[in-house]
Amino acid sequence: MTSLILQTAARSLVAVLLLFSIFLLLRGHDEPGGGFIGGLVAAAAFTLYAISFDVPSTRRVLGIRPQMMIAIGLLLAGGSGVFALLTQDPYLTHLWYDLDIPGFGEVHLGTFLLFDIGVFLVVIGTTLLVVLTLSEE
Amino acid sequence: MGILAAVLSGFVVAVIAPWLTRWLGDRIGWVIAILPLSITAYLFTFIPAVADGEVRQYSLQWIPVLDVSLSFQVDGLGLIFALLISGIGTLIMFYGGAYLQGHHQLGRFYVYILMFMASMLGVVLADNLITFFVFFELTSITSYLLIGFDHNSEASRYSARQALLVTAIGGQFLLVGLILLAIVGGGWEFSALVDQADVIQDHSLYLPIMILILGGAFTKSAQIPFHFWLPGAMAAPTPVSAYLHSATMVKAGVYLLARVNPTLGGTEAWQYTLTTFGAATMLVGAYLAIQRTDLKQLLAYTTVSTLGLLTMLIGIGTEIALKAAMVSLVVHSLYKGALFLVAGTIDHETGTRDIRILGGLRKLMPITAVGAGIAALSMAGIPPLFGFIGKELVYEAALDMDTWAVALAFIAVVSNVLMVAIAGITGIHPFTGPERETPKHAHEAPVAFWLGPLILGALGLVIGILPGLVDARIISPAISAITGEPVEVTIYLWHGLNVMLAMSAITVALGVVAYVFREQVRNLSNLTWELGRVGSEAAYDGALVLLDIVARGQTRIIQNGYLRFYFLTILVVLVVAAVYPLATYGDIEIAGDLNDIRFYEWGVAIIVLLGAYMAVRAQSRLAAVAALGTVGYGVATIYILYGAPDLAMTQILVETLTVILFVLVLYRLPQFATLSRPSSRARDAVVAVTAGALMTVLVLIVSNVQFEPPISEFHAEEAYPLAHGRNVVNVILVDFRAVDTLGEIIVLAVAGIGVYALLRLRLWEDRTEQ
Repeated sequence: MTSLILQTAARSLVAVLLLFSIFLLLRGHDEPGGGFIGGLVAAAAFTLYAISFDVPSTRRVLGIRPQMMIAIGLLLAGGSGVFALLTQDPYLTHLWYDLDIPGFGEVHLGTFLLFDIGVFLVVIGTTLLVVLTLSEE
Repeated sequence: MGILAAVLSGFVVAVIAPWLTRWLGDRIGWVIAILPLSITAYLFTFIPAVADGEVRQYSLQWIPVLDVSLSFQVDGLGLIFALLISGIGTLIMFYGGAYLQGHHQLGRFYVYILMFMASMLGVVLADNLITFFVFFELTSITSYLLIGFDHNSEASRYSARQALLVTAIGGQFLLVGLILLAIVGGGWEFSALVDQADVIQDHSLYLPIMILILGGAFTKSAQIPFHFWLPGAMAAPTPVSAYLHSATMVKAGVYLLARVNPTLGGTEAWQYTLTTFGAATMLVGAYLAIQRTDLKQLLAYTTVSTLGLLTMLIGIGTEIALKAAMVSLVVHSLYKGALFLVAGTIDHETGTRDIRILGGLRKLMPITAVGAGIAALSMAGIPPLFGFIGKELVYEAALDMDTWAVALAFIAVVSNVLMVAIAGITGIHPFTGPERETPKHAHEAPVAFWLGPLILGALGLVIGILPGLVDARIISPAISAITGEPVEVTIYLWHGLNVMLAMSAITVALGVVAYVFREQVRNLSNLTWELGRVGSEAAYDGALVLLDIVARGQTRIIQNGYLRFYFLTILVVLVVAAVYPLATYGDIEIAGDLNDIRFYEWGVAIIVLLGAYMAVRAQSRLAAVAALGTVGYGVATIYILYGAPDLAMTQILVETLTVILFVLVLYRLPQFATLSRPSSRARDAVVAVTAGALMTVLVLIVSNVQFEPPISEFHAEEAYPLAHGRNVVNVILVDFRAVDTLGEIIVLAVAGIGVYALLRLRLWEDRTEQ
């Protein structure tokens, strides 16, 4: 089933949703959001694309196999804890770095972000793995 | 920090090994070998300090609340093993590259073998009991992967599983033993437990601890009756057999015995158990070896025999016995590594490992023949090789005993006679005699093949002539670590004209006779072959069959495949398990007052209830799913009303995606074929209402009971100062309880891959049916 209205709407909606998911991911440490929620939004965006168009074109847009996203996500999340070795702290103690960008303000950078990006990728990967495989059946 | 890097670098390089292999092609072996070579060089820098009696330690917090730390120590015992592991590892790395040249899974081979090497270094350098155990188990797992490397072969898979089950079950005993040891001894470090030896040995739990730890050591080091997995492990590629199943991993059990000797050793129970099992293993191993005709099998059973010898010597526990043990350890690693590599080379060049077909290779493979010859002479204990010194010391240790001296000396001589014969069969016989027809026409192998055996053989020769190179630097510190007191030993090649020399001479003479009449000896020993079959391996197979039967039976009952019965089971168990303590708890106060509820909250609650009712009454699946979605959104609204935006967002997103997933699945399903019968509907209603009511009551009670000060206050207060985040939910997820989250995303990933596998499996079935 293809619907021109749905496809046109989906094109712009998907872009907005993906931007929104990254926004949620990045602001998650201070405001509602985070990797899990962001990942669900991104997965919903791609699911919308798959419903409006078809699975092969969704895979093309995605550009990476969901399995690979899961693998990279787990590696990022698990690996983010290793940096604690540098300060002789227990595994998954996050490190922090305060960056002052002129005209923008202070930005907290930390290994927590790697962890959250890992969660983000695992959530997208898992959801899409199931959704896309099911749709192909 | 250096020690930690030395141990963990193998894991790091393992991760990038596949890419390195793709990039470097055939040169990969030489490049990878740089890692163990550097580790060896690094370990060499410890020798002067360790020889002076120093113990270098390094510790890193891991799980501080449980006293688990990544602590390592380099003492004499750890150093001698670590040097063997990294040193022989260097040879194995480039040999493996040549042996498996062009193999499409060479990258995978390096991943496994590097992880193995790192785990093994962890075993011998770990100080903390739990760290030790983790590495100990990692060697079992990597060994499993390596034995099953050729995973298309049924025999490989069987052997791999057998090795894993035997060593991992032993590992469970070991874990319990180590925990009890730590509790009784009051410390989690090997180095600290040494001072508690008296306390531990007088404790009523001493015997259980000893038996449990021996369970781990004996399975790992293939002592009778667990010896059967080791010959099976020969299904692995030959470099693996040379490395894991002769030079290193199987000695982890012996290492463990030596490591706990100052803590647990010295008692009669310890002495008699180790001596008995060790002597029996030594004799049976040698006897089973002589029956074999496959080069690798011959070497495997002699490894069993040597492991028995080492166990026996540690059991005897005198200074001379420990000296014999450490010398034999080095001797064995050198000659056995060499002979295994030669066996691999012969297999690679001729296409067979059957000693009945092999012969006359000396002209075709002269350099390999030299390496094999020296190694065989060391194995046979011919002067001036290091093996000669080892055998003299073994006899001296046996004769030095107060009891059993004659019996043990006799067993040692018989085993060694067989060893001499097997040394000839594996190291001399393939190269002598007339040239024979083999499946492939042999040529001298490339340098990567013969360099290892030559180096190992040369080391055996040099140390044999100049034992002063190692005695004070390496052997004495190792013995000191095993006894727990400083010991100085000197090793001489020439012991003078004495009983031991006479025994050596007799051994060699009888061994040569046995070698000359090897066919007859083999035929004679084969008469008892059938006896050997009804042993522990049969018990192992029987246990597996039994396990299968039990598993199939209980799966049929519990895993019936009907989702509704799973839910029913879960809910009924929940109700029963919760109602009983609730009923006996007494003094229950229910929180809350209906007047506190605002009108819009009532509204949401009514929508949720209506949704639930719709879901139950729905005539089509789609309607049911949509109704369930209403329930979910209603719950999300409640979260918003109570100020939990993160939860609400998650709930809404999950609800949406769930509906989509449902639709995708439902699309494939037929209409409701039959609606459930009124009786089962009544049953479901009772269970559902009871479970729901129970949850309601529980929530109302729990919010009124306060066992501990709530942790939420700590989270709320410390989120910003400690974790630089203002969103407490997120801080908990990614920082305070990050390990939990990591576990959850792993579960999520596994579940996703599981669904994928199931769906693909069905696709595949459909295709074959068409």
